[in-house]
Amino acid sequence: MIELIVKDRCTGCGDCVTACPTRVFDLTPDGPAIARQADCQTCFLCELYCPADALYVGPAYEPAGGIDAEMLLASGRLGQYRRDSGWGEWTDDPRHSDEHWRMGSIFARARAMAPSGDGGDKG
Amino acid sequence: METGAFEADVLVIGGGLSGAWSAIGAARAGAQVILVDKGYVGTSGVAAAAGPGHWWVAPEQREAAIRQRLETAQGLGDADWMAQILDLTWRTLPTFAAYYRFPKDEAGQVQYRSLRGPEYLRGLRRLAMDLGVRILDHHPALELLQTHDGAIVGAAGQTRPGAEPWRVIAGAVVLASGGCAVGSRLHGSRNNTGDGHLMAAEAGADFSGMEFSAYYTVGPATLPNTRSMLFSFARYFDAAGRELDIPPGERVEPLAKALLEGPVFCTLDRTPEDIRAIMPSVQPNFMLGFDRAGVDPYTDRFEVTLLGEGTIRGVGGLRLRAIDGRTAVEGLYAVGDVASRERVTGAISGGGAVNSSWALSSGLLAGQAAASFARRAGRSSPLQVRALGRAGLRAQRQAATVDAADAIAAVRSEMNPYDKNLFRSGAGLSASQARLEQGWRYIADHGQALGDGALRLREAASMTAVARWCVASGLNRVESRGMHHRLDAPTKDSSLAKRLRSGGLDQVWTEYERPVARIEAA
Repeated sequence: MIELIVKDRCTGCGDCVTACPTRVFDLTPDGPAIARQADCQTCFLCELYCPADALYVGPAYEPAGGIDAEMLLASGRLGQYRRDSGWGEWTDDPRHSDEHWRMGSIFARARAMAPSGDGGDKG
Repeated sequence: METGAFEADVLVIGGGLSGAWSAIGAARAGAQVILVDKGYVGTSGVAAAAGPGHWWVAPEQREAAIRQRLETAQGLGDADWMAQILDLTWRTLPTFAAYYRFPKDEAGQVQYRSLRGPEYLRGLRRLAMDLGVRILDHHPALELLQTHDGAIVGAAGQTRPGAEPWRVIAGAVVLASGGCAVGSRLHGSRNNTGDGHLMAAEAGADFSGMEFSAYYTVGPATLPNTRSMLFSFARYFDAAGRELDIPPGERVEPLAKALLEGPVFCTLDRTPEDIRAIMPSVQPNFMLGFDRAGVDPYTDRFEVTLLGEGTIRGVGGLRLRAIDGRTAVEGLYAVGDVASRERVTGAISGGGAVNSSWALSSGLLAGQAAASFARRAGRSSPLQVRALGRAGLRAQRQAATVDAADAIAAVRSEMNPYDKNLFRSGAGLSASQARLEQGWRYIADHGQALGDGALRLREAASMTAVARWCVASGLNRVESRGMHHRLDAPTKDSSLAKRLRSGGLDQVWTEYERPVARIEAA
């Protein structure tokens, strides 16, 4: 669930307000604010759309609280999803190239290791 | 009061994969298109949180692929529809290269089959906009608009947040509102509440295959993640730490049985090291929840659950009269997961692959068909239309406060538990039916809300409606076939190799079609 907007990083662009599929944020005079936290579906997609890496979605379905900006900045987790996805400034970085296409061969490895099961193939 | 009044040739409701492809198909056919979404076209819908693979088969291998699929379809498939979606997928994805950076493998071969969800939808949004599609984000649709002669000519809704009313008058409407997750926590499914199903039923459309709504995906019990690929390497344990005999793979029944006994824990320690290393580049969202919760899925044991998918990777939905998406109602088309996928998947799930190809193909075809229908029909004057929304919008009796969260919890408690929905029985389904009937009656009689609350109440009504068609269909199919398991009828009845229609609001009905003209695979 969305936990925090790191104010020091937020540029107030409002991209999160637009991109959130359940409209969790409102744009206020002070910049984006978490207005309807309970509507968050924990899909992490706001983080992907935040060019300033100012958002943090917690790992649980319920609000956890107790998270402060300093901890987050030190954790290296801000912007992790955007970086691993190769968005923005990471677009041409070969360390973050798109290897999603390897799913087929990964499923095949699993099938080979599980002679009794079929390993599945569903994403 | 109407702040947003729009006109278009084609209105598409829902901007996930199928809706975006519909808008593209209609725009390419020369139509002026408006695409409305409950959320944001790019992040809305279950594909955005996932990675849609496609049914990607070279022409020379298609006959064999179709033959194999017809067998697993267990008498309900249609070779012609399968051939059409295979062909359209194969021809279409390479044309999308200007909007999606298709990677190459080590041999330099471009990889078209499997796309990342967020990038796929971002590209579709850009393509649609380049074709002149007008996108209205955060414009949930609440009801369809109809002329006196029965044709659907638009929709009305309200913005989120703020609940400003809007309406679009159009020559044709394409419903692309997705499958219904009936309130489960399936990743990215919060907007998938069956709104399109209910709107279409109010217009007189019917359904098919709603009994095939018992699909479940394994995931961590408390963490958001339904990328299930690495669970093919899973080992499972009970609370005492004893390893359980649960083979990884498609069949979830052994895991469901274990979960009915007590908590089940999982580790992915059989995952080869080289795969672990590349996972952030394969599925960048796979580790997010684990990492932030301090769980190492490759060494730790974490609790798991099965997330109900309802009709998302289930099969049932609006019955189409042709592959071009036309429903039983004039001017109303349906595509993607809101439509029945029986003809391309049969009685088992289309998983990600067939369903993505279906979303793409049905979207494009219905977009084109809606554009040409709109050209013939023209637009009607707003004075002549009536709004069709009932349950949750306009109380049939005295309006009263109906708690949407309670109503949704009531649907969940019939549709998510394994002992009710995965291991079905006549007695269990009847009991569910009675409770759902009561819930429906209360919402239909008294449900009415103002402001932002109207949307949630309408969602509750929609989920309840979908659950009623699922349960009634499950009751009528007294056998086990595909994902529909009846404990009291555990084998397949060869006389039931036929599709089951359903529909109705005040009175739910079900009715078998004539048998599919094909000898069932042994």
